[in-house]
Amino acid sequence: MAGLTSALKTIEKDRSSLIKALQTAQDHEGYVSDEAIKEISGYFDVPTVDVEGIVSFYAQFKRVKPGKYVISLCDGTACHIKGGALVLNWICDELGIQPGENTEDDLFSLEVVACLGCCSLAPVISINSKVYGNLDRKKLIKILKSYRKMGGAA
Amino acid sequence: MIKRIKIGTGSCGIAAGADEVLKLFQDNVKDIDIVEVGCKGHCYAEPMVEVETDNGSIIYEHVKADKADLDNILNLGEKSRFTLRKQRSEREMIRVTRLAGKINPVSFEEYVENGGYKALKKALGMDPADIVEEVKKSGLRGRGGAGFPTGLKWSFMAGKTAEKKILVCNADEGDPGAFMDRSLMESVPHQVLEGMLIAAYAVGATQIFIYCRAEYPLAIKNLSIAQKQAEENGLTNFDGRSISIRIKEGAGAFVCGEETALIHSLEGYRGTPRFRPPFPTDSGFKGYPTMINNVETFGNIPMIIADGASAYASVGTKGSTGTKLFALAGDLECPGLAEVPIGITIADIVYGIGGAKEGSVKAVQIGGPSGGCIPADLFDTPIDYDSLKSLGAIMGSGGLIVIGNRCMVETARYFLDFTARESCGKCTFCRIGTTRMLETMEKITGGHGTEEDIDFLEDIGEKIIKGSLCALGQTAPNPVLATLKYFRNEYEMHVRDKQCPALECPALVDVEIDKENCIECKLCIKTCPVNAIDEEYIVDNEKCTRCNSCIEVCSKNAISRVPKGGAK
Repeated sequence: MAGLTSALKTIEKDRSSLIKALQTAQDHEGYVSDEAIKEISGYFDVPTVDVEGIVSFYAQFKRVKPGKYVISLCDGTACHIKGGALVLNWICDELGIQPGENTEDDLFSLEVVACLGCCSLAPVISINSKVYGNLDRKKLIKILKSYRKMGGAA
Repeated sequence: MIKRIKIGTGSCGIAAGADEVLKLFQDNVKDIDIVEVGCKGHCYAEPMVEVETDNGSIIYEHVKADKADLDNILNLGEKSRFTLRKQRSEREMIRVTRLAGKINPVSFEEYVENGGYKALKKALGMDPADIVEEVKKSGLRGRGGAGFPTGLKWSFMAGKTAEKKILVCNADEGDPGAFMDRSLMESVPHQVLEGMLIAAYAVGATQIFIYCRAEYPLAIKNLSIAQKQAEENGLTNFDGRSISIRIKEGAGAFVCGEETALIHSLEGYRGTPRFRPPFPTDSGFKGYPTMINNVETFGNIPMIIADGASAYASVGTKGSTGTKLFALAGDLECPGLAEVPIGITIADIVYGIGGAKEGSVKAVQIGGPSGGCIPADLFDTPIDYDSLKSLGAIMGSGGLIVIGNRCMVETARYFLDFTARESCGKCTFCRIGTTRMLETMEKITGGHGTEEDIDFLEDIGEKIIKGSLCALGQTAPNPVLATLKYFRNEYEMHVRDKQCPALECPALVDVEIDKENCIECKLCIKTCPVNAIDEEYIVDNEKCTRCNSCIEVCSKNAISRVPKGGAK
């Protein structure tokens, strides 16, 4: 956690910067690890249970290391109206995982998010922040296959 | 002669592929200035490219990152030219978004050339009390949702004496389906900042926090650049004090839109609301007087100061002045952002601006998960804070979802699912009540509902409203109560006849293959993830998960959802 230790030094040692510190930790590792929680708890002199409380409260924080490709399914209103639930089904069927899970090879993880903010393209997903819109089943499967083909290489 | 080329690279544009278009232009066009601009609000036409010539601008829509489109644009070709539909231009009124999508968001000079920071300069020459008075006279009401008179809030804050006074810009736009604030921050960050600085001067604030969703990286980036430029140009020093501005990223909690929850989050705690009083203007961030306004509210301020309160109040209705931004999405032709004078009818927005076909729309959901639906036969209602409230909806922050032939019970269940998950858990009625309501809704959409369930929903809905501390709980039952009011027959069909009239609820539909149209191509059989279709092309509806995969792959449209059990 040397990276986090040095990054923390730039963050003001004030409780109001606690969320910022957790965001920094997540940027480093892709999730908030047990070690990060301990380190942040020490840095701000706040009990670990308190830090855990913050992590579990805010949707942004993940406690499990995500897969190489993070699929975020938008469940905003526009996407829901335009069939987001079906898209979710198709992804789950194709990859054999449920939201919050990783595929066995840790290539994909799936999360459902509140709104990606591109409602005019509904239904949308994003994979590692690249947005794919106006999805139908065919388009979706093609996208997933292309990522699977890239596999661990890219 | 082409003077320069502007490419819209707001989030919507980028999602539609604007970054690739930008790269293509940057790589291939060397002698013309290529500028990135924000969002014009026409999400349906993205990616958009505007070519400034000696004879005015030409805008292109749906631009692809290929040579054909590049050549077409450089030759000012006729293909893919964007024209604003008359039905839209007649109804819109562009004031707050005057510069959005027209200027480079992160160019201080361009903002100033277009009249930016004039209002701040004028304000600094005025007595702070006169500014507060001006905002009061303008009739501006908070654009975040509740519609509290902005000037009144400012006067509470201005009256406080304290060692530190905090100003907060609420940019935690959490309604799924709303993106007005994001668009303003991305496209005209300086305008939002100017509004904040005027407010800081008027109420005597010393510190500004911008509390922005972490999911808006571009908004955060553009605001940070604008902040730095404002500081470099000395705009954050006035009245013998230096205003410190800090951008704080929220971490994804809908409840943090509530003032006291937002303050807890700023302080580094779980974002739970607390009882008011004391109001934040009395005791907020770390006990200091704190005033919270929404992004769009701040976006209105420069105009009020520059043009005067009476000019501002000449638009809108008596109780709700000015314009309002709406994010249109759902079942309509032209989703995007629209700025309209308050008091325009819902029909004007849905059919006129949104381009939805009359007869194809069942209802609109206004105000997101805290709002309510309004059925199509009430679309003559003017959109203002008070009229909407009387119908059981709210103005909210400006999300407007057009609902076509969808199941209203399922739509209400969706919103409730959202609020139940986002409930912070502090109040019992909100925490447990929304969960019980959600279970009941799931029971109904799952085909196990009874008439008593409908009564239960109404009863517990009223109790959650009464028993919750903050607006999240107080409004969470709205989507259910409003659909019960206007679409009760749909609930009754679900519980009494076990039918979903919109054929949406999986438990209440079957999937059927029409043998007349089927060409026996086997595509559906191969596609079905659960092997529910046999060699005779008969769907085993016990196995079928209603995933629509077969319906999507069938080239002959021979497969469809039908009422369960063959009911008509």
